[in-house]
Amino acid sequence: MSNIPHLLVHDRRDNVGVVVVENLAAGASMLCVVTEDNSEFRCTLKQDVPIGHKVALQDLNPGDAVIKYGQDIGRVAAAIRKGEHVHTHNLKTRRW
Amino acid sequence: MNSPERTIWAYRRENGRIGVRNHVAVLPLDDISNAACEAVAAHIQGTIALPHAYGRLQFGADLDLHFRTMIGTGANPNVAACIVIGIEPVWTQRIVDGIAATGKPVSGFSIEGNGDIATVAAASRAAKEFVHWASEKVREECALTSLWIAAKCGESDTTTGLASCPTVGNMYDKLIPHGVYGCFGETSELTGAEHLAAARAVSPEIAQKFMTTWSAYQKDVIEAHKTSDLSDSQPTKGNIAGGLTTIEEKALGNLEKIGKKVSFIDVLTPAEAPARGPGLYFMDTSSAAAECCTLQAAAGYVLHVFPTGQGNVIGNPIMPVLKVSGNPRTVRLMSEHIDVDVSGIIRREMTIDRAGDVLIDAIVSTANGRLTAAEVLGHREFVMTKLYRSA
Repeated sequence: MSNIPHLLVHDRRDNVGVVVVENLAAGASMLCVVTEDNSEFRCTLKQDVPIGHKVALQDLNPGDAVIKYGQDIGRVAAAIRKGEHVHTHNLKTRRW
Repeated sequence: MNSPERTIWAYRRENGRIGVRNHVAVLPLDDISNAACEAVAAHIQGTIALPHAYGRLQFGADLDLHFRTMIGTGANPNVAACIVIGIEPVWTQRIVDGIAATGKPVSGFSIEGNGDIATVAAASRAAKEFVHWASEKVREECALTSLWIAAKCGESDTTTGLASCPTVGNMYDKLIPHGVYGCFGETSELTGAEHLAAARAVSPEIAQKFMTTWSAYQKDVIEAHKTSDLSDSQPTKGNIAGGLTTIEEKALGNLEKIGKKVSFIDVLTPAEAPARGPGLYFMDTSSAAAECCTLQAAAGYVLHVFPTGQGNVIGNPIMPVLKVSGNPRTVRLMSEHIDVDVSGIIRREMTIDRAGDVLIDAIVSTANGRLTAAEVLGHREFVMTKLYRSA
């Protein structure tokens, strides 16, 4: 069990990762794996985050680009600290 | 094990195309002929009615699309023979003639001057003969690579981009170079990844054709009709519950299903049959699952692979839809809908390469006749795309 990742990151350039286990609670020391090269690191989760939802891998400020798949997926709308939940409350599309 | 020399057992149709199902379809020209078609299908076992909402007073490109979808559905190699019923004979015959070009048996019936009861009686007699004829067809050994396999993802979440879409992409990377026809669509849902999609076109000409199609949708549909940033619809509520936040993020995951190696060789209008030989095609479609699958089946695709994260339950009446999910919660809570479980990918217990092989095994089983979850559960969503209001 110990080598099952808690968080997956698509690309080394990404500043968010995806929680891939259920019932992950604040304070968890997450095993994070970058899928493009299988590299591993640790990150502490600051909030309860459901499976499939994103977590910031660094502090992000309003206007910053959120990077996933090595691509811009939208702008930060409210400050996000490393280890916090990233979703509709703090990330907005640049389109439409 | 997954060499492209693998074979399937399938139906070889009069025009040489390969079908994996053997339906006798009862196709209404228009909405008001649904009742007669459903009456025939209720009476004659082994037939399937395809009721829908349109076909009256359409004109221009919208009418062309209606006929293309109707004729393409009847012409699909999964359909052995076809009954067409319409309110009047002229447009009914136009569909009959279009389907007859494939060489398969097809008969048309019209209701005006006859009434439903006489029409249903006449159509039922013809349908009965078609069922006897179709039921004598025997599956033949055919190349796996003779399949036309479409893809579309639905109720996506972040696991779709991590697991189920890359699984489909891996399958396409392995099979398309050997002769399989592939198809992806979802014009609106490539927004945010349109530059990456365009870069996968086989030539600058096709890339330009793609960008023209994508831009037209932005201008003619989104900008013309939007009342907000679309965040209330696209991503969907299910996408957001699954962790997807923006259309850009959704699009990048979506595009994973065309794999890493294959270029698309043409851009198709909705329900247009591919005409440039084997390869991957982009089709201009809605991102709504039933509309997209209906258009892909009408273009001639005989099997569909459908990655889902949160658990879309879509099926199609004539084209088996094979569900692939990498979300362990969905696989557990909605197991009856999932044909291929690739949740091992996010646990790092299964490679994408292995998942692609598992999907190919499932494609072979489905092509040989194994019913998909959606088929067994009775999902027959047949949804015509309508471009604008009727006259």
